[in-house]
Amino acid sequence: MTSPDAPGRATAAGRSTPPGGPDGAATSDGPAVRLEQAAVRLGGRTIWSHVDLEVDPGQFVAVLGPNGVGKSTLIKVLLGTLPLAEGHATVLGRSPGEAGRDIGYLPQRRNFDPGLRVRGIDVVRLGSDGDRWGLPFPGGASLFARSRAERRRIDEVIELVGATAYARRPIGRVSGGEQQRLLIAQALVRRPRLLLLDEPLDSLDLPNQASVAALISDISREYGITVLIVAHDVNPIVSYLDGVIYVARGGVVSGRPEAVITSETLSELYRTPIEVLHTSDGRMVVVGQPEAPAHHADRHTGHPH
Amino acid sequence: MPTDTPGIPTDLLMAHLHHMFSFHFMVNAFRAGTIVAVVAGAVGWFMVLRRQSFAGHTLAVVSFPGAAGAIWLGLSATLGYFLGSILAALVIALVPRSSSGRARSQESAVIGTVQAFALASGVLFVSLYGGFLDSLTGLLFGTFLGISDGQVVVLGVVAVVVLAALAAMGRPLLFATIDQDVAVARRVPVRVLSVAFLVLLGCTAAEVSQITGALLVFALLVMPAAAAQQISPRPGISFVLTLVLALAITWTSLAVAYSSVYPVGFYVSTIGFGVYVLAAAGRALADRVGSRSPRRSAPTAPTALAVQP
Repeated sequence: MTSPDAPGRATAAGRSTPPGGPDGAATSDGPAVRLEQAAVRLGGRTIWSHVDLEVDPGQFVAVLGPNGVGKSTLIKVLLGTLPLAEGHATVLGRSPGEAGRDIGYLPQRRNFDPGLRVRGIDVVRLGSDGDRWGLPFPGGASLFARSRAERRRIDEVIELVGATAYARRPIGRVSGGEQQRLLIAQALVRRPRLLLLDEPLDSLDLPNQASVAALISDISREYGITVLIVAHDVNPIVSYLDGVIYVARGGVVSGRPEAVITSETLSELYRTPIEVLHTSDGRMVVVGQPEAPAHHADRHTGHPH
Repeated sequence: MPTDTPGIPTDLLMAHLHHMFSFHFMVNAFRAGTIVAVVAGAVGWFMVLRRQSFAGHTLAVVSFPGAAGAIWLGLSATLGYFLGSILAALVIALVPRSSSGRARSQESAVIGTVQAFALASGVLFVSLYGGFLDSLTGLLFGTFLGISDGQVVVLGVVAVVVLAALAAMGRPLLFATIDQDVAVARRVPVRVLSVAFLVLLGCTAAEVSQITGALLVFALLVMPAAAAQQISPRPGISFVLTLVLALAITWTSLAVAYSSVYPVGFYVSTIGFGVYVLAAAGRALADRVGSRSPRRSAPTAPTALAVQP
């Protein structure tokens, strides 16, 4: 299904800023992400199948759904670390895995070990050069233009996410919200065109959820970066979303948030009565959403064995 | 007793050193010790970050049955050290290492099993050889007597190979250590690196065993790295500091052990322990002082993004 009006298409809605920015021209020739009749099987079990999906460049799209349904699996397919059993996937016009440099990835995780004695800025730097063989040349920044540019870029993204104050402290000793900002900086350091964020708001307190969500949205808009954000709670991000992808019970529903975030869909998805209210400024408020199931023992398994 | 006599202790020290280095076996002990300290520091730095100290300890323990078996069979003990440790490294590498807790506990169960079996085999080999208590103590707690020129060459060659391999894979290994999921997404060959590092760790454990004995390898593999990481969270600085500490600990231990009847491994471990305790205490103190100063200013500060629509 490639027609623009196909039901599986998450289209821009009420977007004031067209995708632009430095790399905007390169992204304008097709969807950032496309799945056609895609299916994933793990250990002989089908996680999801018959998935048709398109995300336009520059959009901020949430991947929602109950736990264990295959949201992280979708991210791994787009990264190219998990093969499709059926169907076809394109990421930034290429096969998954070939777009590596243009993808920033933030995996679902627990926090860093408090005893880990490595600074936040070092973790960000690994996002820039961690996959290069060898060792950093001591004092390289004063000798080579490339090292200088990389160091400037690292400082720049750290400032962008507002982490300058604590980037030089051991990453195990900063708070969860601060770690998450540093990891977003790590994902951004190579100027990606697509950000894949797996539960970046997980385990953050409410003020931090709100500010990190705002940060991601600002970055997406300012630099025209396509963002796919996996979330179990839509509330902190709902006002920023251009589209939503619901992964549920083997299938996928996607579309504009106001078309899909409805009482019926969410009630069916979470199997509990949920009401969706619209405020005067166009935001949607989800009332009655079940308590974020962040404390279930099995929620980090991500996918069945 | 010399309480405060400036000048004379220095002269005594110089005379002591001069006397010590007039023996060829002490020169060789310092050569071997220097090589071993550098390799142990470099590999140990990664090992401590990777939380693989238990694996490192086991690989060292396994060098004991390797050496004992080699002596029993009439082969060179050096060969036995390396064969034992590298084989054990490959066995441990067969256990899939993943980020999930279950796989990790399975890994330590396998490592523990390998270690127990290795110790038992080592004791058996020593009995079969009909060995003296002397050689058992040497294998377990280290000796610096009678290191031959040939052994120094072997240690040096293995060290150069290990350090070259470590330098080649240093940055991706650090990436895979700190941030495995992102490293996988960036196409870093995490699994290959993990196996390669275990083999390097095996070679290192075998090298260190020959100086400190199989049971005290920890002293050089863990303590300098752990202390240095307490002192500085900057990778470059703590890495160099690890090498400096390892060299200082080894040289001091050899010099003290020269005029003492106790095994060199005891001194390496004791000095290393002292250094680590000092570093950890200093870190705890610095953290306490640091947490009192006003630093709780930014956790929930608004984003610093300049351009807001």
